[in-house]
Amino acid sequence: MEKKEIKFNEETMALVNNMISRYPEGKHKSALLPILHLAQAEFDGWLSPEVMDYVASILSIQKIEVYEVASFYSMYNLQPVGNCLLEVCRTSSCWLRGANEIVEHIEKKLGIKEGETTADGMFTLKTVECLGSCGTAPMMMCGAQFHENLNFQKVDTIIEKLKADGKRKTYLDEVVVNHY
Amino acid sequence: MAKVTIDGKTIEVADGTTILQAARMIGPDVAPPTMCYYSKLKTSGGYCRTCLVEVSKGSEKDPRPMPKLVASCRTTVMDGMEVKNNDSEKVTEARKGVVEFLLLNHPLDCPVCDQAGECHLQDLSYEHGSAKTRTDFERRTFEKIDIGPYVQLHMNRCILCYRCVKVANQITDGRVHGVINRGDHSEISTYVEEAIDNDFSGNVIDVCPVGALTDKTFRFKSRVWFTKPVDAHRNCDKCSGKVVLWYKGEDVLRVTGRKDQWGEVEEFICNTCRFETKKTSDWTIEGPRKLDNHSVISANHYEFLKKPKELTINTVKPLAIEGGNN
Amino acid sequence: MGKKLLLANDHVPGIQSYEVYRKHGGYASVEKAIKTMKPEEVVEEVKKSGLRGRGGAGFPTGMKWSFLAKPEGVARYLVCNADESEPGTFKDRYLMSRIPHILIEGMITSSFALGANTSYIYIRGEYYYVAQILEKAIAEAYANGWLGKNILGSDYSLDLYVQVGGGAYICGEETALLESLEGKRGNPRIKPPFPAIAGLYGCPTVVNNVETIAAVVPIVNDGGDAYAAIGIGKSSGTKLISASGHINKPGVYEIEMGITVEDFIYSDEYCGGILNGKKLKAVVAGGSSVPVLPADLIITTANGEKRLMSYESLADGGFATGTMLGSGGFIVMDETTNIVENLHTFARFYHHESCGQCSPCREGTGWMEKILHKILDGHGTLEDVDLLWEIQRKIEGNTICPLGDAAAWPVASAIRHFRHEFEEFVKNPNGIKKVKHYESTQNLVTA
Repeated sequence: MEKKEIKFNEETMALVNNMISRYPEGKHKSALLPILHLAQAEFDGWLSPEVMDYVASILSIQKIEVYEVASFYSMYNLQPVGNCLLEVCRTSSCWLRGANEIVEHIEKKLGIKEGETTADGMFTLKTVECLGSCGTAPMMMCGAQFHENLNFQKVDTIIEKLKADGKRKTYLDEVVVNHY
Repeated sequence: MAKVTIDGKTIEVADGTTILQAARMIGPDVAPPTMCYYSKLKTSGGYCRTCLVEVSKGSEKDPRPMPKLVASCRTTVMDGMEVKNNDSEKVTEARKGVVEFLLLNHPLDCPVCDQAGECHLQDLSYEHGSAKTRTDFERRTFEKIDIGPYVQLHMNRCILCYRCVKVANQITDGRVHGVINRGDHSEISTYVEEAIDNDFSGNVIDVCPVGALTDKTFRFKSRVWFTKPVDAHRNCDKCSGKVVLWYKGEDVLRVTGRKDQWGEVEEFICNTCRFETKKTSDWTIEGPRKLDNHSVISANHYEFLKKPKELTINTVKPLAIEGGNN
Repeated sequence: MGKKLLLANDHVPGIQSYEVYRKHGGYASVEKAIKTMKPEEVVEEVKKSGLRGRGGAGFPTGMKWSFLAKPEGVARYLVCNADESEPGTFKDRYLMSRIPHILIEGMITSSFALGANTSYIYIRGEYYYVAQILEKAIAEAYANGWLGKNILGSDYSLDLYVQVGGGAYICGEETALLESLEGKRGNPRIKPPFPAIAGLYGCPTVVNNVETIAAVVPIVNDGGDAYAAIGIGKSSGTKLISASGHINKPGVYEIEMGITVEDFIYSDEYCGGILNGKKLKAVVAGGSSVPVLPADLIITTANGEKRLMSYESLADGGFATGTMLGSGGFIVMDETTNIVENLHTFARFYHHESCGQCSPCREGTGWMEKILHKILDGHGTLEDVDLLWEIQRKIEGNTICPLGDAAAWPVASAIRHFRHEFEEFVKNPNGIKKVKHYESTQNLVTA
């Protein structure tokens, strides 16, 4: 992987400053969670110690304060992940609608196990806990997009599309809003 | 002022006093055990749940009992409050549960742990735990890490009391260690194993209730109950210089702060006194340290030698490790 | 058809946009409140309405508001809890993504009532796209003078911001949410002090659920009495129910409180009955934390009365034979469902989401999951079932925050009502078939 300089581009930096401006003076640490999302989106989908140190320097807080937070929340990846992180929900309502079989199907299709990344670095498969899509179960999330009412064919189509697109999916992506 | 009754003993205390502080004022018989609370550390307490008590009467004004057990370290007294600690079966049960939870992932490696003999978890298990373990699942393990030249972190033993984090927050500046990860994966860490580089960092050892943070200069030197504590002081430009020297023969094996009957240091001491000043000639000796501690550590010493009948085999309860199938 | 207060305009095309929302009566409550009412009068209407917190606890909202401390010269905050994460619950996501302006409107009216000049909507990170929808709605509200300085020419000013979380169920607990909003780990605070006294940045703060805040809009528009007239007894107004699981029509339904559970499950207006015409086995009526009830007890109470969709009726019989309305996450299980397996998904969830601060929850949730896993693997014993019971008992009530109780109750209720299934599993592990739910539901999943 090419070594990028760790510095937000101008556009992101403006967003970062906007985040910081939302909180009272001296309470800028409040912006930490949103900024970590921006950092993860910009720096290859994960938060390396260097990236976290950079965020600490922007907010003038101790590095450990960033590590503590980044490691607490499940959306921050502390290890590299594939371009498309497929997060499949499997808590009760999704399980009742076949989430386990959806996971098995993806495993077979991509030739990886849960928690693994495909050799081409395209897909990482992760199982997650309830994402609030119980009425449209089973579901998975990739970037900010909710893929709902899944079945095997739908999963295949989604994966093919993602593969053809080839780009990294982030939470900042535009999303197609599903109607129930 | 507020009048509070704990296990039938009444005391009048200033408003804002916690149940735990009031109980300690009454005496060790009614004081609930603590693992995370530390009176010298702001915002400590509330996490371990060993000091849960039953409030059977809320106050004179509102005599209703509190619906749940409360953490005595974080609950302030009200005038007329009645509290049950040892007198409450609910408390005994809950505490037994807490001990079981704290030991669930604890390695029970007391035989090779430097803290053994002055370990609060040992005492707690001995007094409130069960003799049997009911889990046969693999325990959570971590690699040992050195945090700086003097302190070793043995995360397997940690009970996440947060005391060391609070020390780092409150008496050192530029904290580099904290709690990372979540739930039962939580660990005390510097994440990138940065050294705690601060004159007072050694105090994390004194506040640690278990053997998670230990003194590397004392590592495997001796069981604590074979060493003799002596009060001593020196002129120190960083701290009060008031310490306890732990002797084995002529040698000072370690230096610690002076702990009171609740196991809390009276004053925090600096790293120079703790780690680098281990010659008798460096110190003015005050005399033997009075140890008002119920653990084995006090059994060998001075006037606190226990009477033989208390040490007969039949009355010694087995430690939690015995009878386990771990 | 029951009365709809929040979703009345749900199917109006373009209701997501400011123009359409406004055309359909949007922002009337702000006009009414700021132009014709004093803040205390708004609080009074909310009190009269009998509105109860829709996040799960059901605490009277008006009372919560009246607890807010108002020291001179200290900022007060209103924070909206949009960290919807209780398994089985998705109503807030539905409402926010369909009618975002109703939340913005409710936030303005409520902030005015509480005297807050800065308010936040804390939304779970996984709803990132919903946060974008809200951001857009907020920008529209600013552009049209509903937010910012001197709203409607009054001396009342308000700034409203969205903050996204990072993925943690525990941030739905109000003090954990505040910690997270301050940029920290989502560790619940030890109470007291309560947020009404010392909340965000140590200032007096009210934290309310999305649906609660949205309900303030019809309450102010039509008056608290009109709201209280809807529903039944102390369960006034309407409630959004998230229906999922083995039903023909999963989705979000706004119900008038007091309809029967039976009607809710079987009528075509709501869930439309059980998938594939199968028999009902069990229901989790209010999100994963509340006790699971077997079919007979969810349809009728132990006294033989029809059970109603209301706080009181669902709780009838206590935990022995009743449950809770909770967040309204209504999960339906058909006769093929294996209760132990379902419980395992809940136990895994709470283990994953425990913050790790206090020992009973940190250690106990993992222990329960492991034991359930062991039972499902066919290695369980009868002692394990008793041990599960013991563990949940030692967690319940002994933790810093309600997550401990939330983890304990599903375990307790599953054992209480379905002990025989655990025993069958333990005695004859090979005899119990794990159902492949995909096969029984996939042909009904609509594209």
